[in-house]
Amino acid sequence: MLPPSSYFYMMGNFGLQILVIVISFLQSLGRITMAVAVDVSQFESITMAPPDPILGVSEAFRADTHEMKLNLGVGAYRTEELQPYVLGVVKKAENLMLERGEFKEYLPIEGLAAFNKATAELLLGADNPIIKQQRIATVQGLSGTGSLRLAAALIERYFPGAKVLISSPTWGNHKNIFNDARVPWSEYRYYDPKTVGLDFDGMISDIKAAPEGSFILLHGCAHNPTGIDPTPEQWEAIADVIQEKNHIPFFDVAYQGFASGSLDADASSVRLFAARGMELLVAQSYSKNLGLYAERIGAINVVCSSADAAARVKSQLKRIARPMYSNPPVHGARIVANVVGDPALFSEWKEEMELMAGRIKSVRQKLYDSICAKDKSGKDWSYILKQIGMFSFTGLNRAQSDNMTDKWHVYMTKDGRISLAGLSAAKCEYLADAIIDSFYNVS
Amino acid sequence: MSASSDHQDSVFSHVVQAPEDPILGVTVAYNKDPNPIKLNLGVGAYRTEEGKPLVLNVVRRAEQMLVNDQSRVKEYLPIIGLSDFNKSSAKLIFGADSTAIQENRVTTVQCLSGTGSLRVGAEFLARHYHEHTIYIPQPTWGNHPKIFNLAGLSVKPYRYYNPQTRGLDFQGLLEDLGAAPSGAIVLLHACAHNPTGVDPTLDQWEQIRQLMRSKGLLPFFDSAYQGFASGSLDADAQSVRMFIADGGECLAAQSYAKNMGLYGERVGALSIVCKTADVASRVESQLKMVIRPMYSNPPIHGTPGDWSHIIKQIGMFTFTGLNTEQVAFMTREYHIYMTSDGRISMAGLNSRKVPHLADAIHAAVTSIA
Repeated sequence: MLPPSSYFYMMGNFGLQILVIVISFLQSLGRITMAVAVDVSQFESITMAPPDPILGVSEAFRADTHEMKLNLGVGAYRTEELQPYVLGVVKKAENLMLERGEFKEYLPIEGLAAFNKATAELLLGADNPIIKQQRIATVQGLSGTGSLRLAAALIERYFPGAKVLISSPTWGNHKNIFNDARVPWSEYRYYDPKTVGLDFDGMISDIKAAPEGSFILLHGCAHNPTGIDPTPEQWEAIADVIQEKNHIPFFDVAYQGFASGSLDADASSVRLFAARGMELLVAQSYSKNLGLYAERIGAINVVCSSADAAARVKSQLKRIARPMYSNPPVHGARIVANVVGDPALFSEWKEEMELMAGRIKSVRQKLYDSICAKDKSGKDWSYILKQIGMFSFTGLNRAQSDNMTDKWHVYMTKDGRISLAGLSAAKCEYLADAIIDSFYNVS
Repeated sequence: MSASSDHQDSVFSHVVQAPEDPILGVTVAYNKDPNPIKLNLGVGAYRTEEGKPLVLNVVRRAEQMLVNDQSRVKEYLPIIGLSDFNKSSAKLIFGADSTAIQENRVTTVQCLSGTGSLRVGAEFLARHYHEHTIYIPQPTWGNHPKIFNLAGLSVKPYRYYNPQTRGLDFQGLLEDLGAAPSGAIVLLHACAHNPTGVDPTLDQWEQIRQLMRSKGLLPFFDSAYQGFASGSLDADAQSVRMFIADGGECLAAQSYAKNMGLYGERVGALSIVCKTADVASRVESQLKMVIRPMYSNPPIHGTPGDWSHIIKQIGMFTFTGLNTEQVAFMTREYHIYMTSDGRISMAGLNSRKVPHLADAIHAAVTSIA
């Protein structure tokens, strides 16, 4: 006796459709209830979700057989040979950990204490009075995403109705996080396509117009996807308007040390706000700067005006984490704690980070030079040099981005973003040709 | 410009201090206690005879291999985790010869241990399933109701433990599930029920299955002790396998915290067994939509390739029947840490400490009614 489903396969699609029509008709006459021996799934009405827009780029790249293909969709660092990179300090830390024979016991809900201490100090500076005053609540989170999600859940619970303002554009997953956490959000102007730069006036204006006590999501450095960061003076003005409207700054720091090569320089925006005595939320990720992508290691920090408030906030963050995943994974946290805690490893890490950031800066320069050498129209491409971090907004529109892929086998996201982390010096000329062709010959 | 006293009230003034988690908080209190005779029978984590945590040899060897493997990278896993791990996980619980697996009717996604698997499953059901009530046994693991509530499900109890007999209230269970609305979700502990340690017999499981299928109730298994309860991976999965052998649908959350000793690595999996392969593939796509905004993709470290067989242990928990005052007495006077419902983790006990525990229990029950 074959399972009922095989009858349908044998009958073929057309036969199946006929059968369904007949059954529907008979059901509507009340003559039969699903007497046909196929039980319907309880999940029958579920539709196929669309593929993730960023991961889809890598999938298409893998399927492409062209020899010149280039994957600039990836948000992960690649060496000049376009290979993934596990940092030397990470391997050393893991060997140390293995030698020590560490246990695998549950971490506390808030994560590894040594990691939490190290991450707060990295963010604010080890001698920051905020740390001495115990005014920062730090909870280990599942990298940037998980840390943002904990913060979003805290906002939903303790600031019901409060909105989060996100930049236009921003990382694609931000809105998903706030949607799933049921936190309302709206956008503030950020990217100006005319200048391929920051729409500073629009940004200030939109932040000012937001209801008092809104949360303003800011990228600490190396804005994703544009690569366009405010200047120090602009950061001061942004802090002014946030204070004026009693908004709460909410930083996403995914590239500390990775953007400029300097941990301190990349934290300057956060430290500027903290030094003003403002309360703030900061989500951190070690995916890029320590290459720990798959270990899911990050933290949510809440800087409060008192140690008492910080203790209470931390306890409530724990209450959110427990029914989500109980306690965070230990491995990445130990790596970070070991690297930061050992002066030799810490030094070595800083060198490796400078190398990674350095390679990206140099391909950025080389790309710019190649474009300028080939494009004699006098167009100003210098915005490429002014941008910072892993990504560059090329200024290409959707049709032009499609041309990059279809004609040149250069894979990137439809918003014109390329990941310089996936570019080698050897491929800069080719990429320059592709960009010039797409810009001038496609509209 | 300094961050001191002239600032306004904190925006967090209204945030109150949360109490410590009732289970994990026991360990916090235990750690603070300086008394050398202290004993931690709270959290369900295995201890050796010397009272030390255990990392299985097979795990150490696997880790050694991983760290020495030059080609191993730390790139993001796919949203649903490592494909090999997911396949192995499904085979482990459903059986390598399971028709459901062969027919591609099972979707399995790597999650953050048991808690993460339960949460992702519950969020999925709250979003895509027509019934939003989940029935949970009385009592159950303390974290269960919180997980389901936060995921958007409402929680109702079904009778389970009979304190008079210290056994299963089978009649009560059948009555309560019999009264549940058609399609309701039912949480089932696959084996080694936490906190009571009391499991249905195979006959009773069969009766439960028939009742649930006749009412279209959706089973959601929590499997945190496969192999750890009886020592046999297959025996501990019998309840689950019975349910999918009938061709029906179910959810199963697996944890590798206890049976692989991987507690801190947060390794687990959620499987959803569906009527058809097409449904399974659509369900998988929607599971990704739940995971991506929660933590993007799972941690890699705890998931090497092959599994070896696992050491047998007896089931982890016992309900002592002690009341809250007696438990408090044991902690205060004897430095024995346990959850206030009287549950002790046998895995935290060794033979040297048994006399101390016996003394404590005796004193508690004689001094406090």
